[in-house]
Amino acid sequence: MPSSGATATRPRASEIALHGVTRLAAAAAGALLVVVVAFVVWGAVPALRAVGAARFFTDASWHPRSGAYGLAPMLAASALVTLGAMAVAGPLGILSAVFARYYAPRPVAAAFRRVVAMLAGVPSVIYGLWGLVVIVPWIGWLEPPGTSLLAGVVVLSVMVVPTVALIADGSLGAVPRELIRAAAATGMTRWHAVRAVALPSAGQGLATALILGTGRALGETMAVLMVCGNVVQMPAGAFEPVRTLTANMALEMAYAMDTHRAALFVSGLLLVLLVGGMVAIAEAVGGRGADA
Amino acid sequence: MTIAPRWLHTLLVAPIFLAGCGNTGEAERARIELTGSSTVAPVAAELAEAFEAKHPEARVTVQAGGSARGIMDARRGLVDLGMASRGLTAAERKELTAFTIARDGIAVIVHEDNAVDALAHDAVRRIFAGRVERWSAVGGADAPITVVNKAEGRGTHEVFLRHFALESPAIEADVVIGDNQQAIKTVAGNPGAVGYVSVGAAAAAAERGVAIRPLSAHGVAPTVERVAAGAFPISRPLNLVAQGPPEGPAARFLDFARSERAHAIIRSHRYAPAGE
Repeated sequence: MPSSGATATRPRASEIALHGVTRLAAAAAGALLVVVVAFVVWGAVPALRAVGAARFFTDASWHPRSGAYGLAPMLAASALVTLGAMAVAGPLGILSAVFARYYAPRPVAAAFRRVVAMLAGVPSVIYGLWGLVVIVPWIGWLEPPGTSLLAGVVVLSVMVVPTVALIADGSLGAVPRELIRAAAATGMTRWHAVRAVALPSAGQGLATALILGTGRALGETMAVLMVCGNVVQMPAGAFEPVRTLTANMALEMAYAMDTHRAALFVSGLLLVLLVGGMVAIAEAVGGRGADA
Repeated sequence: MTIAPRWLHTLLVAPIFLAGCGNTGEAERARIELTGSSTVAPVAAELAEAFEAKHPEARVTVQAGGSARGIMDARRGLVDLGMASRGLTAAERKELTAFTIARDGIAVIVHEDNAVDALAHDAVRRIFAGRVERWSAVGGADAPITVVNKAEGRGTHEVFLRHFALESPAIEADVVIGDNQQAIKTVAGNPGAVGYVSVGAAAAAAERGVAIRPLSAHGVAPTVERVAAGAFPISRPLNLVAQGPPEGPAARFLDFARSERAHAIIRSHRYAPAGE
């Protein structure tokens, strides 16, 4: 028997009010997204008209003051930094969550969760500063200047691990204990149970963890701006400085006017489309009932 | 320093104007608006505070957004005064008048462990154009040079390029940064780096023990005093610009910005007050 509406014949006034408030909040959240996207599109239109969409991908370089609007090197940089960071942070985050759930003694797991939650809340500029004074000099010692694609990957990895670990830990926690016990009862080793039972049943949540991690990496601005070197060029190696789409906007927006400014909105639009595409992929991969 | 889009600004300011309309005549609020250079903005903001303390009826708003924006806003008559951390071009002088409130120098900086004490004009050119890539070629250790450049559109960037007769696309940078503080941190963290920042910012950082060393230019030490004396070769005026001499509250603010009281504030930002 469903529990809702079972005891009250008529909805109470407070119930109606709450319904109204939640509906309003949901509408506001949705509207906000529409307004933000519309604002970005509206800002980008003058550049798309004046320059044409194709030239943002075909122009060889980015010298907006001299009429060159190539975004391709920055698109590649954003993609590579993000992929690199996820290649490190994805497995690391999920494995550390597995450790906390299934291997760590209880006090260790609790301490681990607290530390990870704290790390997830550290402002990105702090990670950037750490990258600039620790990671960049290390890499610079191997091969100057140090500010590079690699530095961006390292700093982003460190930033994204807590995000992935927290969400993965939460979704592993939601796997019914009976499943694990049943697996143990069949004589599986612990690792076998984790691999064959826990990970597949938490798959939806783990995918969400990876998607949110990727979103954070892709959208990260301050830390990347501080360690990547910001030279606009096609990334030719891990030690080469690169500029990401986000860093480009942060560096130039305050000083840009007219078409230059609108061109920066185009890079913003590109980012929105990338993130949107990623969410769509996640939906497709996760299939229906993806409300982890 | 955040930069709000203009429509937002209008939206926020409109109610104040509307409220002002109900106030018939006497003790009318004197509003003064400034936009422009992020080098001038912190000084202007402090000047504004001191000005408001002296003239309680006045409200001065300062928005940072780059010299180019300050000049454009002043030309379009959107603001009372634009802020610019460079001199006006000939074309700009036809429409605008610049009032210099201070001078700032631009110093080439290296890591403090760098053995190089001074760089000749031509050496700086060759380094930034990527034609010299190792310190040994200019009298330093046998180590690669990391060129730290500024993003396009900054006043410092333009003044530097003009002084060394370099074109922006010709610069072979290894690192591109935004503001002075970022340049200082980058150079302090890399023994092979060379960059350029405001003399005031460099002096303040070196005093705090940050691992950078500003270099002499043409044998002149990079100090605020030498900039003030007009002896430092790479320098620029910090200007307030307007369409002709301003009137009313803006004129009073301009007078204040060039007064003795203002000089103390300007010096505390390590710029050299004009007319000393």
